[in-house]
Amino acid sequence: MIRFEPRGPVAVSKVISVTVAAAVAALVLAAVPMLFAGLSVFEAYGLMIKGAFGSAFAFTEMLTRATPLILTGLAAAVAFRAKLWNIGAEGQLYAGALAAVAVGTGLISGPSFVLIPAVVLAGALAGGLVMLGPTLLKTRLGVDEVVTTLLLNFVILLFVQMMLEGPMKDPMGMGWPQSEPILDEAALPKLMDRMRIHWGLIIALISALGVYFLLKRTVWGFEIRAVGENASAARHAGIPVTATFIRVGLLSGALAGLAGVGEVAGLKGYLTADLSPGFGYSGIVVAMLAGLSPIGVVFAALFIASIFVGADSMSRATGVSNYLADLIVAMALLCVLVSGLFLKFKIRFVGAPHAKEASK
Amino acid sequence: MAPPANDALVLLRLEGITKRFGALTANGDVSLDLRQGEILALLGENGAGKTTLMIILFGHYVADEGQVLVLGPGGALEELEPGSPHAALDAGIGMVHQHFTLAENLSAFDNILLGTEPLSAIKSARLPARKKLDELMARSGLVVNLDTRISNLSVGEKQRVEILKALYRDARGLVLDEPTAVLTPQESKTLFATLTKLAGDGLGIIFISHKLAEVMASSHRVAVLRGGRKVADLPTEGSSQRQLAELMVGYEITETVREPGTPGAPLFVLTGVAAGHGRDAISDVSLDLRAGEILGIAGVSGNGQTTLARVVSGLETVSAGKLMLEGDELGQVSARQMIDIGLARIPEDRHHDGIVGAMTVSENLAIEGIRKPENQRFGMLRFSAMRERAKGLIKAYDIRCQSEASPARLLSGGNIQKIVLARTLETEPKVVLAAQPSRGLDVGATSDVHKRLLAARARGAGVILISEDLDELMRLSDRIAVIHRGHLSQAEPTEDLDRGKLGLRMAGHDGEEAA
Repeated sequence: MIRFEPRGPVAVSKVISVTVAAAVAALVLAAVPMLFAGLSVFEAYGLMIKGAFGSAFAFTEMLTRATPLILTGLAAAVAFRAKLWNIGAEGQLYAGALAAVAVGTGLISGPSFVLIPAVVLAGALAGGLVMLGPTLLKTRLGVDEVVTTLLLNFVILLFVQMMLEGPMKDPMGMGWPQSEPILDEAALPKLMDRMRIHWGLIIALISALGVYFLLKRTVWGFEIRAVGENASAARHAGIPVTATFIRVGLLSGALAGLAGVGEVAGLKGYLTADLSPGFGYSGIVVAMLAGLSPIGVVFAALFIASIFVGADSMSRATGVSNYLADLIVAMALLCVLVSGLFLKFKIRFVGAPHAKEASK
Repeated sequence: MAPPANDALVLLRLEGITKRFGALTANGDVSLDLRQGEILALLGENGAGKTTLMIILFGHYVADEGQVLVLGPGGALEELEPGSPHAALDAGIGMVHQHFTLAENLSAFDNILLGTEPLSAIKSARLPARKKLDELMARSGLVVNLDTRISNLSVGEKQRVEILKALYRDARGLVLDEPTAVLTPQESKTLFATLTKLAGDGLGIIFISHKLAEVMASSHRVAVLRGGRKVADLPTEGSSQRQLAELMVGYEITETVREPGTPGAPLFVLTGVAAGHGRDAISDVSLDLRAGEILGIAGVSGNGQTTLARVVSGLETVSAGKLMLEGDELGQVSARQMIDIGLARIPEDRHHDGIVGAMTVSENLAIEGIRKPENQRFGMLRFSAMRERAKGLIKAYDIRCQSEASPARLLSGGNIQKIVLARTLETEPKVVLAAQPSRGLDVGATSDVHKRLLAARARGAGVILISEDLDELMRLSDRIAVIHRGHLSQAEPTEDLDRGKLGLRMAGHDGEEAA
């Protein structure tokens, strides 16, 4: 028989090593379907590693993919810390991208040092405002934010499609539903020549450090943690619970909006309705893998990005579907969630005691 | 009380039970016998290992050393399979946990049958079960409406369902973990009458408690645990409350005494206050608290004292009436403002409203003043200042914890209450609201709470003490008012009151002497 006994606090180093072990376990588990697909496991993983780390191009592609994941991961992590369940990062990402395009395609003109901040701020603001609605509905009327944020994703995506078919359609776009291209002065600069990696990564890393600092070192962060861990004790102790939720909602939405800015102003250059392959939802996985730690989010995003980029490359070489990447990510999430159980509880195997005595 | 005859069979035996959690020894070599027809009180402070011992007996934990023996069908003691609640149930041991294990959305009847019906049975044996339960209820006096949903039952009724559940499974031994913690004095009395009756029919009963009065009144034998070890095992007859208390805490106890004081000017005044909805609403509540006095508010739980406490804490909107502090009308105030104008609040449910369990002791000590300059500068937390102050408070208030950086949830109830006391009283507040401040605390922690409240009074603060414990109220309060169905009676000097008078008023009889 197996029994669970609660553990006391666990050292950070232990948390990290258990999480890494869980990720490795996920890779081992994912080898089983690979075998069924007739692949050599070592060769397949070799190809994946090469695809994500094998060359400067591969490595920068991986970092480019990780950029929006870091931001949506932070959006989920900071909201979940306050137990504000923002499932709407996908919609906030599109809202951010839409605002960036609206501002960056000729609404205002000027040099880069004016336009780039304007585009970034517009995107963050739009994401934050989209999250403000569900937050206010939660604090004022007690409406479940899981439902409102999730459904808003579809509303916003349809709105983006409408704008791209109508007022914001590129007249030079040969009839494709896409926006006008972002002005060169408004685009986020590339980090390296001939590579796609762009300044969005720097924004993401600064955001991660910023969120870490906010949660750990500031009064607002203290209040976010207190509200998330025990809202009624926080209220009793005089912490402004409603204001804290609103701050967290704005911040979470703004981070997701920044992810949209990066994709549109750093990578694609114009907005289409298939800008994001679900970065908003993957952000939730990133945040959970990271145990809601902002620094952990960076590493979790790198892990997931390398799986996706590596699996794409492997799939091209072997002809096996890159759905394998989804499988590995799902396995990793399951393994990490299960490993959380090991961190919270001591697991003891209690065999039939008589049998044990007999063997003595 | 007459104990069972000495030749009564031993029903249950714990032999040399030892259980360690890391460095902590929760139980050290504890041995205990329970005879048929005997009521055994397991007495000890919080954290003395009472619950752990009983959980081992019931099979939720496995002891590191030692064994549990039960009276087998052959009349000899047999070892009980460790770590199996199932085996314990089969052997006829029933347990009533402090926090009930009932499915709220099912009827009492369904809850009792839950887990006794085999999955494969084609037709359930409900009719015979019903008959058996009716007989049980008639015999034991534990009457419940079996068709009512658990969520609609009172706490006392839920407890009766739990006991019936055990009896239905033919329990020979019954363990109750702090059975009176959630009951009104009247309900407790009924419970012990029932237990005595059941023991008369041969049931062996162990109840866990740290309330000396009920142990003295209702047990045949007392086993005292301290620091995980059994320090005494003696017949109740011939022992005294004081003796048991000292065995329990391990040192001589000094009673807290209220020195006569001279109350000052009216400090905190409520006039015609109404708030809340439904059962716990209050209406037309007026009180005047003076500086340097303790004003007790007595009442059976659920008569509006929670709402009153929430109003004074700044958590509840007032629909009528006004609050005044030192002659200034307060208007609608938030919790933040109440703290800022010098009102200390000790919440009724300290785990739920008092601390953030996942945060550290130091953070919990700073939480009410987190925006004050001593804790932050330009929105940045001042960690070292917080830590230093926490260290000082931990020492001054004797908060037992590994360090100021341990999560507060790891502390015992008494130490959690000390955190709340330390952070609310260190600012020398003008008014202290203490809601059920010693509920669930052991002797040592309770006396500590009392000393702190008396010290605040001596300093000139006004203290509102809401409690269900009449002894506590009589001992500490200068004046006592009674709350019943949301109405607060006129406060009267404690000297003019006695338990009988208060009891009548708590039950809803008005001030006039019932002849």
